[in-house]
Amino acid sequence: MTTFSFDGEEVTAEPGQSVGAALLAAGYRSWRTTRHGGAPRGLFCGIGVCFDCLVVVNGRPGLRACLTEVRDGDVVSSQEGAGRDHLAC
Amino acid sequence: MTTSPADIAVIGAGPAGLAAAAAARGRGARVALLDSAGRPGGQYWRHRDGHNPIPASLRQDILAGHAVWHVEVEADGFVLHTTAGEVRARTVIVATGAYDRQLPFPGWTLPGVFTAGGAQAMLKGHGVPVGDRVVVAGTGPFLLPVAAALRHRVTGVFEAGSPLGFARHPLAVARNPGKLVEGARYLRALHGHRIPFHTRTAVVAAHGDDRVHAVTVARLDRNRRPVSEREIECDAVAVGYGFTPQLELPLQLGCDTRLDADGSLVATADEWQRASVPGVYLAGEVCGVGGAQLSVVEGAIAGAHAAGARPRRSLLRKRAALRAFAAAMHDTYRVGAGRPADDTIVCRCEEVTVREVRESVVDLGATDPRGVKLLARPGMGLCQGRVCGYATACLVAEACGRPVTAADLRGLAARPIAAPVTLGNLAEGVEDA
Ligand SMILES: Cc1cc2nc3c(=O)[nH]c(=O)nc-3n(C[C@H](O)[C@H](O)[C@H](O)COP(=O)(O)OP(=O)(O)OC[C@H]3O[C@@H](n4cnc5c(N)ncnc54)[C@H](O)[C@@H]3O)c2cc1C
Ligand code: FES
Repeated sequence: MTTFSFDGEEVTAEPGQSVGAALLAAGYRSWRTTRHGGAPRGLFCGIGVCFDCLVVVNGRPGLRACLTEVRDGDVVSSQEGAGRDHLAC
Repeated sequence: MTTSPADIAVIGAGPAGLAAAAAARGRGARVALLDSAGRPGGQYWRHRDGHNPIPASLRQDILAGHAVWHVEVEADGFVLHTTAGEVRARTVIVATGAYDRQLPFPGWTLPGVFTAGGAQAMLKGHGVPVGDRVVVAGTGPFLLPVAAALRHRVTGVFEAGSPLGFARHPLAVARNPGKLVEGARYLRALHGHRIPFHTRTAVVAAHGDDRVHAVTVARLDRNRRPVSEREIECDAVAVGYGFTPQLELPLQLGCDTRLDADGSLVATADEWQRASVPGVYLAGEVCGVGGAQLSVVEGAIAGAHAAGARPRRSLLRKRAALRAFAAAMHDTYRVGAGRPADDTIVCRCEEVTVREVRESVVDLGATDPRGVKLLARPGMGLCQGRVCGYATACLVAEACGRPVTAADLRGLAARPIAAPVTLGNLAEGVEDA
C-alpha cells in the first residue's frame, strides 16, 4: 500500500496507481477549479488528452493526475486556475 | 541524448506500434519503439503489474516515457524530438492511436462525467470503477465492453444509434464472424447483469452542483431530435461517440489527410501503409478507427514493408475484411452534430459556449473553425482543441449551412508541438540547432 496526502487528508493507493485513480477510489471527484468560471473539475478522459485533471504534486502545479504515478509520501493538493496565482502581479 | 540512428522509429506502443516493431525486428531491422506512457500496450493492453503481454524480444527496443513532440525531416531520415531527448531514424512509423470523440451536452463538464475510454482506463489500468451507478452512453460497439467490464455498477446503456444498422451490411458481417460472436457475447453479459440496453437514446443533459447526480435521457426520432425525455439518477457517466485519431505528428510531417466514413479526419495510407511523405508509414487508428485487431494487422504490414520485406498476402486479406467491417460500423453508428442548447459549453478549457461559437459565424462573419477559434477561443486552451475540435467544426459548419470538410477538422488538429514540453525540452533543441 502507498500512502499520500491530499489537501491534508491521508489517502491510500495501490502501487502503480495514478494520483487521479487513487483520488477517484478514495471518493474524490474534483480537485481543480477552472480559470474563468471557477468550476470544479477532475478526471474526464483518463489518458492525458483533456487536461481537466490538473493537480499540484509536491509543490509542482499543472500535473495531469491521470498520468502521474503516485508515490509513497507524496503531498498532493488541489489546484486553482493555472496553479500559479503566487506569480500573478 | 544522441545515439546512432535506428533503421525504424515506431511512435506509439499500442497494438499497431507493437505489431509494427515486431514485424520490422523479425526482418532484421534495428527498431526504436517510443511511447509517451511509462508502459507499452497503448489503450488496449493495460496490464496491471504481473500481466505483461509484451513479447520479451521487443522489450529492449522500447523507449518508454518518450513523448514525441516534434518530428523533423532531414536529408537522410528523421529527428524525433522527445521529452527524453532526441532519437534519429531513417524511417518513421506513426502509430499514435486515437482518443474518445465527444459531443457536448449541458452538464458534460460536471465531475463524474467521464469519457467511455477513460472509464475503461480507470477500471482496466487501475482497478477503479468510476462509480456505483454508471450511465454508459454515446454510440458504437465500444460502449459494450465498457458496460460489460463495469457489470452490476451500470444503470443502463444508452446507444444513440442502433446495431440493427449492421443488417444493411451482410457481406461485411459475414467476412468477420468473430465480430458477431464478440457482440453477442457482450450483449449476453449485459443481459446476465440485468443491464438495460436502449437504442436510439441519448444523454441530453447531466445534472448536479459539484458532481453529477442525474442525467436526462431522450429517445431520438429519425432526424435525431430528442423526443420523450426522462431523468435517471446516477453517480457517474461514461460517454463516447467514437474516436478521434491523434494526428499531430502526421500533420507536422505534411502527410495527406482525408475525411473518413465516421466523419473523423484520418491520415491517408497506401496499400503498404505508407503516408504521402517519403519514409513515413502509418498504422492503426491514425489512419482510420477500426479496433485493436485492425491496428495489429496494419502494424504488421507497415513494419514488414518498412523493413524491406513484402507483407504476407493473408495480412492484406485480413485488413480488407476488417476495414469492410469498420466501414459497416461507421455507417451503422453515424454521428450527427447534435443541437446542444446555446449555453452549453463546447470548449471545456476556455469555457466557450455554443452561443459564442454560433455568434462568431452569424454576427462576426467567420467562415471556418480557425476563424471562430481566433474570435471566440474554442480550442485555444490547454488541450489545444483535442476534445472540442470535432464538435466545434460541426457547429461552425452547421452555422455556415454546409457540411464539415477535412479542412475544417485540419484547422483544429494542427499543433506545432504534439505533446506538452517543458521550457527545458525546448532549450535542449535550441542548443543543438
Ligand atoms: C481511453 C481509451 C480506452 C480504450 N479501451 C479499449 C478497450 O478496453 N478495448 C478495446 O477493444 N478498445 C479500446 N479502445 C480503443 C482503442 O483505441 C483501439 O482498439 C486500439 O487500442 C488502437 O490501437 P492503436 O495501436 O492504433 O492505438 P493506441 O492503442 O491508442 O496506441 C497509441 C499509443 O501511442 C502513444 N502516443 C500517442 N501520441 C504519442 C506521442 N506524441 N509520442 C509518443 N507516444 C505517443 C500512446 O501513448 C499510445 O500508447 C480504447 C480507446 C481509448 C481512447
Ligand atoms: S483526465 Fe484528461 S488529462 Fe487527465
